[in-house]
Amino acid sequence: MLTAFAIVTDGLVYAAYLFLVAVGLTLIFGVMKILNVTHGSFYAFGAYGAAIAVGVYFDRGFPAAGGFLLMVLVAMAIGLVLGLIIERGLLRLVYGKDEVVVVLVTYAAFLILEDVIQLIWGANSYALYQPLGATGTVDVGALVLSGYDIGLVAFAGLLAVAASFALKHTRWGRLLTVVIFDREIAAAFGVNVSLVYTITFVIGAMLGALGGAAMAPKIAVTLGIGVEVIVLAFAVVAIGGMGSVEGAFLGALIVGECRAAAVHLVPQIELFVIYAVMALVLVLRPQGLFTRAQPRKI
Amino acid sequence: MRHQIRGHAHSPTLLLAVALSFGLPLMAEGGAQAEEPAPVKIGFVTFLTGPAAAPFGIPDHNAAEILVEALNAGTVPAPYHQVGLGGARIDPKFIDETGSAADVVTQFRNLVERDHVDVVVGYVSSGNCLAIAPVAEELKELTVLDICGTTRVFEEKPRHYVFRVNPHATMDNVAAAKYVLDKFKDISIYSGINQNYAWGQDSWRDFRLTMKDLDPKATVDKELFPKLFAGEYGAEISTLLTSNAQFIHSSFYDGDLEAFMYQAAARELPQRIPFVLTAGETSLYRLGPKLADGAIIGARGPHSFFAHDSALNTWFQKVYFDRFHEQPVYPSYDFAQSLFGLKTAWEKAQAKKGGSRPTTEEVIAAFEGISFPTPSTTVQMALGNGHQGISDMAIGTYKFNKAQNKPEIVDIVRYPAECVNPPVGVDSIAWLEGGMKGAKCD
Repeated sequence: MLTAFAIVTDGLVYAAYLFLVAVGLTLIFGVMKILNVTHGSFYAFGAYGAAIAVGVYFDRGFPAAGGFLLMVLVAMAIGLVLGLIIERGLLRLVYGKDEVVVVLVTYAAFLILEDVIQLIWGANSYALYQPLGATGTVDVGALVLSGYDIGLVAFAGLLAVAASFALKHTRWGRLLTVVIFDREIAAAFGVNVSLVYTITFVIGAMLGALGGAAMAPKIAVTLGIGVEVIVLAFAVVAIGGMGSVEGAFLGALIVGECRAAAVHLVPQIELFVIYAVMALVLVLRPQGLFTRAQPRKI
Repeated sequence: MRHQIRGHAHSPTLLLAVALSFGLPLMAEGGAQAEEPAPVKIGFVTFLTGPAAAPFGIPDHNAAEILVEALNAGTVPAPYHQVGLGGARIDPKFIDETGSAADVVTQFRNLVERDHVDVVVGYVSSGNCLAIAPVAEELKELTVLDICGTTRVFEEKPRHYVFRVNPHATMDNVAAAKYVLDKFKDISIYSGINQNYAWGQDSWRDFRLTMKDLDPKATVDKELFPKLFAGEYGAEISTLLTSNAQFIHSSFYDGDLEAFMYQAAARELPQRIPFVLTAGETSLYRLGPKLADGAIIGARGPHSFFAHDSALNTWFQKVYFDRFHEQPVYPSYDFAQSLFGLKTAWEKAQAKKGGSRPTTEEVIAAFEGISFPTPSTTVQMALGNGHQGISDMAIGTYKFNKAQNKPEIVDIVRYPAECVNPPVGVDSIAWLEGGMKGAKCD
């Protein structure tokens, strides 16, 4: 019974991590049809920014609640700046080009940003351990749950609900949906598609940085963390359907629970199970769980 | 024409002018060449970027920087006081180890075939060491593997051009098992969490086999192999929390070790079940009080906290601290051992040749089976037909000194090299499976 409970809770925590990483990626793909490899850099910059700024905050003995707020603000600021630089300074120049070209451009930007990280913060790793201690623990039998993990699950859930609500029930969300459905028709009806692109990319960058900031207390913030997450994020987005926030949520949940079950029951297949799930979904529904198959435009 | 030249040559003014404009500089150059032999080009390969840079690559590179500088200046204490290698200055070329095994092999080929280095020293990843060894043999390039610990390099196939001064992982795990059984009485069940690649799998195998030899009644509860750089360990921590293990073995290092320990500490795992961290020393300064007291710590040799007192160690720690304002950790010591091993072999071969620069084959012949002092201990190139080093080993228990705000290792136990390494001619697995026959522990 305790093992079953552990599988569920561990799966939720891993799913929260995956969703925070993947939601910005899927949003950008949905609107702009760009497979944004730079998303890994947004995650890494968010983690580094939070580790430095929030670490200093906690070291000075300020209240913990302010530290969590600062974590979000730092991620927003980093996402805003990086998102604007990449979209306005780089992607704007390749809109309309072949999708492969755009992917390669984002990959090049990702590699450059990896070096920028080393130039700014050096090769040493950084730790933001204070928020983990500040949130306490909850005992369930022999299992000790981290308060931070519980908060992470709640935060990811709220983010999913907020994103879904914003897309379906706000004017801006409906404009996004129109652009997702058909950017040419949206432009013909007077929607400023260029502005929608910029805002969407910046929001996606903010979400990527937020994922990094949220994970910073749990990891050693070090070179290469962006590489690791981008592969997982792609797997989650592929399962859920490229461009679907609900799909990213469900994809993260499926991968999280399957992985947790594997670790507890058959640890030898822990890595295999993530990509087996992805392969199975793609065989049965190549467009992903939450994306409808669309006729190709000629 | 010849006459004209001879005629000019007899003019004292012209002779002086020619001598001043061409002859003297040439003589000076020739004189310098006679005094200073051509440098020895060495390719140094380590992680300069990526997740392994902070715990391994940077300490490794830092040690290379100060040691090459000091050797070229001739300021290293005896017996390494001679300039460079046998009087020839070292010309270093640093290469990043980050990338796939295919990338690493390509960089190795570039070093040998394009840059024409005399020797390659390096490699942290066990996977990369396994990839490089056959290529070094193919290219006939003298290669001194540095930090990687997999036993397979010399046990799968004999090597001629490849050496590894630093002992392999068997020693770490045999010593850890002995220490654990000495410290915790009545061990009946234990678990392990190790990275899912050559290093983690070999470490766990050696530890498990040693435990089977020394305490056959002890059984394994959980065996976890998360992928390298996994980042999130919630499920693994829950699995270990709900296990019955009396201790947990791990050969984690770098960011993986730190991330795992942050997450484990937040869920009180180290407070409930003690850890045995065979490569934990690299992260002690960064983890500090976040690592619970009582963890059993190894440093892949008697390095750092475990180093024997010697003038060489005092000098090494001082120059390292003066330059980088931090203590050298075991990757720094590993590099020092590798370079001092190469230097010893080079100078032995050179002495045998009457002071002339030795060839690769002559250095190899001199390298096989030698014994030499290092900052932390003495290394004997005993295994793998004299290509694989062994040394004594030390293990201890972690304690954070709050008063001085620094990590400490207490209850240090030392094991002789012949106690924790297989005898000559015996593979580590066969030795462990055969009950560690021939171990000399007294």
